[in-house]
Amino acid sequence: MNLILIAVISLGVIGLISAVILFVASKKFAVYEDPRIAQVAEVLPQANCGGCGYPGCSGFADACVKAGSLEGKLCPVGGQPVMAKVAAILGLEAGTAEPMVAVVRCNGSCEHRPHITKYDGAVSCAVAHATYGGETGCSYGCLGCGDCARACLFDAIHMNPETGLPEVDEEKCTACGACKKACPRNIIEIRPKGKNNRRMYVSCVNKDKGVIARKACEVSCIGCGKCVKVCPFEAITLENNLAYIDPAKCKSCRKCEPECPQGAIVAKNFPLRKPKVEAADPKSENSKAETSKTEVLSNAVPKIDLSKGTPKVEA
Amino acid sequence: MANKLIISLSPHVHSGDSVQKNMYGVLIALIPAFIVSLIYSGVGAAIVTLTSVAACVFFEWAITKFILKREKTTICDGSAIITGVLLAFNLPSNLPLWIIIVGALVAIGVGKMTFGGLGCNPFNPALVGRIFLLISFPVQMTSWPKIGQWTSYVDAETAATPLALMKQAIHGDTSALSQLPSSFDLFIGANGGCIGEVSAAALIIGLLYMLWKKIITWHVPVSIIATVFVFSGLMHLVNPECYASPTYHLLSGGLMLGAIFMATDYVTSPMTHKGMLIYGVAIGFLTMVIRLFGAYPEGMSFAIFIMNAFTPLINNYCKPKKFGEAVKK
Amino acid sequence: MKTFRIGGVHPSENKLSAGEAIETLALPKQAVFPLSQHIGAPATAIVKKGDVVKVGTKIAEAGGFVSAPIFSSVSGKVNKIDTVIDASGYRKPAIFIDVDGDEWEETIDRSTELVKDCSYTPEEIVAKIKDAGVVGMGGACFPTHVKLCPPPGCKAECVIINAVECEPYLTADHRLMLEKPEQILVGVSLLMKAAKVTKGYIGIENNKPDAISLMQEKAIAYPDIEIVPLKVKYPQGGEKQLIDAVIGRQVPAPPAIPISVGAVVQNVGTAYAVYEAVQKNKPLFERIVTVTGKSVKKPSNFLTRMGTPMSQLIEAAGGMPEDTGKVIGGGPMMGKALANTEVPICKGSSGVLLMNDKEASRVEAQPCIRCAKCVGACPMGLEPFLLATLSSLKEWEKVEKEYIMSCIECGSCQFTCPSHRPMLDYIRLGKGTVGGIIRARNAKK
Repeated sequence: MNLILIAVISLGVIGLISAVILFVASKKFAVYEDPRIAQVAEVLPQANCGGCGYPGCSGFADACVKAGSLEGKLCPVGGQPVMAKVAAILGLEAGTAEPMVAVVRCNGSCEHRPHITKYDGAVSCAVAHATYGGETGCSYGCLGCGDCARACLFDAIHMNPETGLPEVDEEKCTACGACKKACPRNIIEIRPKGKNNRRMYVSCVNKDKGVIARKACEVSCIGCGKCVKVCPFEAITLENNLAYIDPAKCKSCRKCEPECPQGAIVAKNFPLRKPKVEAADPKSENSKAETSKTEVLSNAVPKIDLSKGTPKVEA
Repeated sequence: MANKLIISLSPHVHSGDSVQKNMYGVLIALIPAFIVSLIYSGVGAAIVTLTSVAACVFFEWAITKFILKREKTTICDGSAIITGVLLAFNLPSNLPLWIIIVGALVAIGVGKMTFGGLGCNPFNPALVGRIFLLISFPVQMTSWPKIGQWTSYVDAETAATPLALMKQAIHGDTSALSQLPSSFDLFIGANGGCIGEVSAAALIIGLLYMLWKKIITWHVPVSIIATVFVFSGLMHLVNPECYASPTYHLLSGGLMLGAIFMATDYVTSPMTHKGMLIYGVAIGFLTMVIRLFGAYPEGMSFAIFIMNAFTPLINNYCKPKKFGEAVKK
Repeated sequence: MKTFRIGGVHPSENKLSAGEAIETLALPKQAVFPLSQHIGAPATAIVKKGDVVKVGTKIAEAGGFVSAPIFSSVSGKVNKIDTVIDASGYRKPAIFIDVDGDEWEETIDRSTELVKDCSYTPEEIVAKIKDAGVVGMGGACFPTHVKLCPPPGCKAECVIINAVECEPYLTADHRLMLEKPEQILVGVSLLMKAAKVTKGYIGIENNKPDAISLMQEKAIAYPDIEIVPLKVKYPQGGEKQLIDAVIGRQVPAPPAIPISVGAVVQNVGTAYAVYEAVQKNKPLFERIVTVTGKSVKKPSNFLTRMGTPMSQLIEAAGGMPEDTGKVIGGGPMMGKALANTEVPICKGSSGVLLMNDKEASRVEAQPCIRCAKCVGACPMGLEPFLLATLSSLKEWEKVEKEYIMSCIECGSCQFTCPSHRPMLDYIRLGKGTVGGIIRARNAKK
């Protein structure tokens, strides 16, 4: 009995002393933190992807609270709804930001781009890029080692083993930009999703002269400038033998698409061109072929089984 | 020229060394000890070793295939065989089969594959198995059959080991030391104990082979042996009646097996020479502390186990000497 | 016998062409001169399409202090200035010259007579070297005149000539020593004069006993030059390793350079080029190239004009073997695998190595078993496994603290790794990235 009593008393006293120490410490060493930071962090998705440009979600929450304005701040993962919640907590106007998506600007699949050498180094685009121009004649295009797929935190980009190119799952993509950062060749661009998810872009980043680019890849931009001439909105610029469609100016009129002799301009998620449109368009048979090619492309994406697209990550 | 040119960064040549070569080199170095165990323990040794190896390889295969779902199994690299052999060498030759299989499961399953397989385990898998068995089945694990019983397996007669006798001496039984076998018997292996640990001579042959083939460096085994020698020598000088001579300590129990094969495991030992020396000295010291002052007669496995845990720390603090640091201007 | 103190490996030597005398290769039909043949700023072309040039005409001017001019190795007409895939595997600007005859500039002394005496001042020698476009011939192609102008606060004490040729297969330097020993010794004394030092060493690995004895015999006439036989160990030809081996001093971690310990290291080929530039007025436009490989019919050493496509050398050595898997510009430890054989010979091309498919393919990597063999092999005392892992995880700050910038990319770690891990691939990546970070940081300051 005595023993139990001693044990209970001594343990109780230890507990009491510890409680007092803890209480004093928590009061004395307390660090004041704006409670709104925790509130904002609460509504953020906690993906800690860094897509907002701040170190993780708490960093972003801290920045939002301290900034006094939400202009230019966007959580790419949560998008507008989350920013609206953040704005409500802070009593601020939510900044306007267009939804974005990652776009792979290379269409040089195994079929389009003949392989002339065999890469045998570490499975990493960064290493391959430092080694040489790549397995094909194009020293600007996708290397196919899957650094982007490995960088993605949302399982939204996968390597397609058949084409050897990455494919973006637009449903899952949050436009955080991790893949863009991981790509040593700056092939991936974060572009506005566009109205109804429809957008036009040049699916090539090759800056070689036309002859070399054409020899290396069937669907390369050869810098001919036809698209620049046809664009009614001056949205296309040609620099270093490479055309670029400015998403801010592009009105998705699709005039440039049939114009491209290489089929390098991609119209994503547009409906099939109806014969009516075709009739209105004074283009010849030639453009039909191009159009159907694009259709195949834009329709191919959802069909691919994404589960088997992941390349083996080296241990 | 039909083939595409292969492109990779330099170096374009390789020494030809491989994980397999190193692992099978260790296995070759273990052969003398296995032969000696067959001579003294007969079929028991063979049964225990084969069961342990088969169980380890099976569990490695099954876990990689069905639990980790990896496409390639790693049983061919020889590491599971080594774990099996080392585990068996740390067991008495009359251990029931089911205990061996449990030990192999713990060694491979808990000790190795939970951490991701070869190269990722913080502890020597064979040691994990051995310590698990030692704590779980202390009676079976510490009753060693008398030597020279060729054909008996489970029903073999058991006898005290030199280490048990030494422990008795420490606890006051001064006559125990006189019952020790001669140091020559200990050296060649004519004494009781686990399968692989009895013959210091066979293990030293293995060590020389591994040093010759450059599979291991001298640092770990030599530092362990030297520390044990110095420590036990000092204790022996203080009180020769109570503490056995350093020769006995070196030749008995799992010291040689541990120092040469268990502590030198690549994955769980430090990477720099300086670190290896610290690691070896600490293992020797801990072994002697456990042997002389602890509850268990043998401390080798615990000492290695403890130092395995310290290996990352040693690696962090013992950096190799950088070029340019050596010479002061 | 002397050698460097930390790490090192012993790759099989395979010096197949050591017994082959230097042959002069026929002129190419078209010579291609990439404008970036050296470390530092690329040269700027000073010829245009249609210009007629002679052998030894300057066709590109140095693009800065750390840069070197480029000279035509052929006579003919400039065809175009376009891009060509060079040894880096990328398209780089280059001058294309169609060969027509073999007419040399009159200023070049084409006699084979040995000119020993030199009345130039050290400054004049450096200027001549600079104007002749001489760069390090060992492969790194660092402009020679830069090394001869020590930065303030440093003083050269000796010149060390790198005649180690520790790369397996290559024999260009070995043959040069056997065939031009006197010229090399004059070149070394010129370098010593230019660097204002009185002591010169020539380090030769003792797998070339004939070269050692010949050089020792000829060096009797040059009391300031000492021939140092060295124990065979890779990478003894590394600048820092050679200094350690020869004079026992270790260069501290970067940003320290060899001159910080008083040593100026030059390749033996550079010494010969310096002799030709200063005494014969001949700019750097040809060099000795080893063409070798186990399947090559006739491993050879060629005196080759720069700009010659490698395919021509391969043809001259008996043609491309059927089983070629890899074409390497340089040696097997540090050379670059080439994407095609039309890559032109540049100032730093010491060899063309053809490997068959079996040798060429890498073995699949296994997990690191922490055997520490890479740590033991690293001649810089680094922990390659750690650098590689941190680099692959993009931990740039940590990897910088682990002294990644000290890595000399010798490949000893990967050579020795039993798990066949592509360590150096990642270390190079890390080194490149960290180098960029450091430069950006310095630029900010």
